[in-house]
Amino acid sequence: MNSKLATLGLCAYIAVSCLVAFFFPQSVLAFLSVEASLLLLYYVAAPRRVKIFLGALVLVVLLPVLGSVNGYYLEVAIQIGIYVALALGLNIVVGFVGLLNLGFVAFYAIDAYLWAIFGSPQANAFIPGGLFPLSPNWFFVFLLLSIVIGALTGALLGLPVLRLRGDYLAIVTLGFAEVVRALVNNLDKPVNLTNGPRGISPISKPPLFFQPLLEFFGLHVTEAKLYPLYFYFLILVLVCTIILVTRRLENSRIGRAWKAIREDEIAAAAMGVPVVRMKLLGFAVGASFASAVGVLFAAKQVFINPESFTFMESIGVLAMVILGGMGSIPGAILGATGVTILNLQLLKGMSLWLNGLRQSGAELTIPLLGSYSLSQLPAQFEPAKYERMVFGLILILMMIFRPQGVLPPTRERKQ
Amino acid sequence: MALLELRGISKRFGGLQALAGVSLELEDGMIASLIGPNGAGKTTLFNTLTGLYRPDEGEIHFQQRSLLGMNPDKITAAGISRTFQNIRLFSHMTVLENVLVGMHSRLKTSLPGILLRSTGFHIQENEARRRAMELIDLTSLSGREHEWAHQLSYGEQRRLEIARALAAAPQLLLLDEPTAGMNTTEAQALMTLFRKLIGNYVKAILLIEHNMRVVMGISDRVHVLDYGEKIAEGHPDEVRHDPRVIEAYLGQGIWSGNA
Repeated sequence: MNSKLATLGLCAYIAVSCLVAFFFPQSVLAFLSVEASLLLLYYVAAPRRVKIFLGALVLVVLLPVLGSVNGYYLEVAIQIGIYVALALGLNIVVGFVGLLNLGFVAFYAIDAYLWAIFGSPQANAFIPGGLFPLSPNWFFVFLLLSIVIGALTGALLGLPVLRLRGDYLAIVTLGFAEVVRALVNNLDKPVNLTNGPRGISPISKPPLFFQPLLEFFGLHVTEAKLYPLYFYFLILVLVCTIILVTRRLENSRIGRAWKAIREDEIAAAAMGVPVVRMKLLGFAVGASFASAVGVLFAAKQVFINPESFTFMESIGVLAMVILGGMGSIPGAILGATGVTILNLQLLKGMSLWLNGLRQSGAELTIPLLGSYSLSQLPAQFEPAKYERMVFGLILILMMIFRPQGVLPPTRERKQ
Repeated sequence: MALLELRGISKRFGGLQALAGVSLELEDGMIASLIGPNGAGKTTLFNTLTGLYRPDEGEIHFQQRSLLGMNPDKITAAGISRTFQNIRLFSHMTVLENVLVGMHSRLKTSLPGILLRSTGFHIQENEARRRAMELIDLTSLSGREHEWAHQLSYGEQRRLEIARALAAAPQLLLLDEPTAGMNTTEAQALMTLFRKLIGNYVKAILLIEHNMRVVMGISDRVHVLDYGEKIAEGHPDEVRHDPRVIEAYLGQGIWSGNA
């Protein structure tokens, strides 16, 4: 009875929030309430099947529909997807294996550049024959290739540094990421591999192999409208695959070995866990997730340069994992979603609102102090300018009041 | 033929000779104790045996196989597992997960098998859980399997360490002060458990222990270490009357009061 009521409530909530968002496409709050429906799905005690169905409905049908009304929503959703995938990858290294990695963005950068170089005319600069850009069909080959290359670079970085522990390892990973960034920044001479700080453009987008099918059904969608939807579904599939892989690894001897290493390396070894091999595997799996997202990111952006892969990116993803709850898959997802929404929507939305107030020239009357014209509000008050500060404050408050994160790992309940 | 054979094991840490030519043999079906004053090298011997330290000299043979140079996980796979003097559980994992980690070397599903959830994976995983529950039962922890390890009481944590060590299906179990901090009743219960293990779960047990009631009550053989050297070995009754042991460790009055 209770679960039926919950299901009904959920359906009603989703319907209302989607309708509101549909008819008020400019309202940030309306879209936020749609996003909140997914969080609600996680918490409400409805049957598993219902939850999966409703989640799929929101993600596969409702969000794309809303996105075709307001394209910015799709952009937000794609960004969220990218960060969720990165956070899930880092969560394996930091949350499961317990190795602090401050340079996670390096793996993301390497494979973003991989597709950027070969999926654009850039490769002509060092491979003669005018073969490049490769046809968009190669995108999927590179996506698969990036998983392998990511795993290999992860393991290669792991090999020399996994003897280090804690702080020392963190410093080395930080250095690694800076080396990668410096390389892409400077490898424009003697041979122009990366085009240096000017970045690479235009990068091929993935092939629209399904377009004939759409035409067949009489759907004529312009490419400008189609590509955001396409990327949205690509990242959705990628994120779902990553979640599935992570869950299966977590609930196996590998996931248990990872956590055992995190808890006590010596005891883990004494219990028969091959510590070095398991750490390498963790590094490789995490890196392969980041790599796959990197390829997608390059194709989506069309233009990339070293600026996209700074230390702050690594720290940002780490903060998402920590805020969400280290070692917890729902935590990493929530952390990445929350922080991305905060940056892209909440703070920007507040700035817009404040700007609106300023331009309206309204007067604020405070008793005893007189009135104050809002048009005099200094531009420095714009919340978007305080993105990092607000973010930092949230981090500090979280670490004081909920150091284990919003959704820390849960234990199996009794059957 | 001995199950375990140590010959002339030496280990030096800088200027400290932690172990000086220790030899020891352990037969099938035997419970042996390692006693000696603090700092005598008992735990160092365990760490050397389990691959955490490499001995400077000497040989270790387990079931006619040399263990020298093997990593800890390989030694566990070969059939020796241990508990720790200062409890080293995986605190933020459940009781069941702790025991399941102990089975790591016995589970063989490959990475593709795990990702694709092959039938083999399910069979192994179910069997592992069944066996884990059996060990949890054996160590009187039933009903607590889904609690975090750090939520257990001290005595329960000690028992969980034993269950976790047994999960690796060892031939030889090394227990580092298993009854430390326990009261007489709890210690008695553990002694009963140890006797039950021999022949059913393990072939032999080697324990480090300071509680002389446990040592004298359970051991088939006692080895005494002092300053890294073995000063005596024998049946509990022989050892307790050995003047060197009395001088180095037991003291004169220890038997008059509580033996």
